[in-house]
Amino acid sequence: MAFKDTLGGRALIGNLWRDNPVFRQVLGICSALAVTNLLKNTLLMCGGLVFTAALSNLTVSLLRKSIPKQVRMMVQVLIIAAYVIIVDTFIRAQFPDIHKTIGPYVGLIITNCIIMGRAEAFASKNPAWPSLLDGIGAGLGYSFVLIVIAVFREALGFGTLLGIPLPGRDIWWYQWTIMVMPPGAFFMLALVAWFGNSYVLKKEGGAK
Amino acid sequence: MILAAIQPAVAEPGLFVQLIVIFLAAAFTENILLARFLGMCSFLAISRQMKTSLGLGFAVVFVTTFTAAINWLLHTYVMVPLHIEFLELIVFIVVIAAFVQLVEMVIERFSPSLYFSLGIFLPLITVNCAILGVSLFMLNKEDFGFLHSLVFGFGSGIGWLVAIVLMAGIREQIKEDKIPAGLRGSGITLIITGIIALAFVAFSGMIK
Repeated sequence: MAFKDTLGGRALIGNLWRDNPVFRQVLGICSALAVTNLLKNTLLMCGGLVFTAALSNLTVSLLRKSIPKQVRMMVQVLIIAAYVIIVDTFIRAQFPDIHKTIGPYVGLIITNCIIMGRAEAFASKNPAWPSLLDGIGAGLGYSFVLIVIAVFREALGFGTLLGIPLPGRDIWWYQWTIMVMPPGAFFMLALVAWFGNSYVLKKEGGAK
Repeated sequence: MILAAIQPAVAEPGLFVQLIVIFLAAAFTENILLARFLGMCSFLAISRQMKTSLGLGFAVVFVTTFTAAINWLLHTYVMVPLHIEFLELIVFIVVIAAFVQLVEMVIERFSPSLYFSLGIFLPLITVNCAILGVSLFMLNKEDFGFLHSLVFGFGSGIGWLVAIVLMAGIREQIKEDKIPAGLRGSGITLIITGIIALAFVAFSGMIK
């Protein structure tokens, strides 16, 4: 059996494209919009999200038989919060400058609906290994959309990538400030959602 | 304890003006949804109808106002003296969850029709990042007293309410229009949000 046919493999790959959390399920877009004006912030945020999604999925899955149904949301939030505190402390220690700008958004990983959604929809029903892969898949699906948006926003808005000026920036580059401002984020995400949805609809055989 | 928090602030001249500026900034220039991108999930999902948007909007105003105030008190008088600031994420989320539960019970009692139309989104206010976000952004502003936090929470809630009501009005108008399949739903909503955000950027000249 090929990897992509196993339960975990399907979950991992499905999250990347067909069930992409950002543009297919419209989840987790708060931070998708907020941290994408600089690629560096985005990469850090994505790392934090993949870590949290993978490990909280794993933990929820391991504990799924011992968590009482009535309080499971609360328990899941607390599991997620524990991992987010680890990420938050790590970023605060290693990247204090970045923590100043995206600090609140790191805390907001707790309320990122992708993680809660995966824990509730997948990890609470499936064994540990597929759940871990599902969490990684959801994190990567999110990261891939964010990185695309961030590359465009930083390149068009500041004329840089990861803080390094693009070649010829001062000669012909017009810094398109609106891209790093809030409206630019909405427009970029809308475009990505448009392309992504159209592609998936086409692949599924005709638009509805 | 509350009085002690208010008194030094009252002695300071211009408290009223400070509070008005905080309110206007929170509601318009730093609009929690259009400038900080928080609470997008429920914004996109619930903004189809004016009536439910108003209901959810008021619930959010209520919850942000009081959770900001309670969290400020807990942070200033419990967490800072005990040096347990790293637990702030867990404490905040528990306060919010408890408060949302309360709101849910109140709405169910007094307006069952609103309760059913909000459905799953009412408990999901708990993971609405706007609310946790207000508490986290509040901590970034160092000279905030109790009243400042209360007004900041209220202003942020009002900002969210204004944004979702604007969106609901527009979406009721475009319901029948022809929109490309890939853009339908989240895509077009994001584009309109971008245009509204563009209008709100103009407010930034109003308050420094």
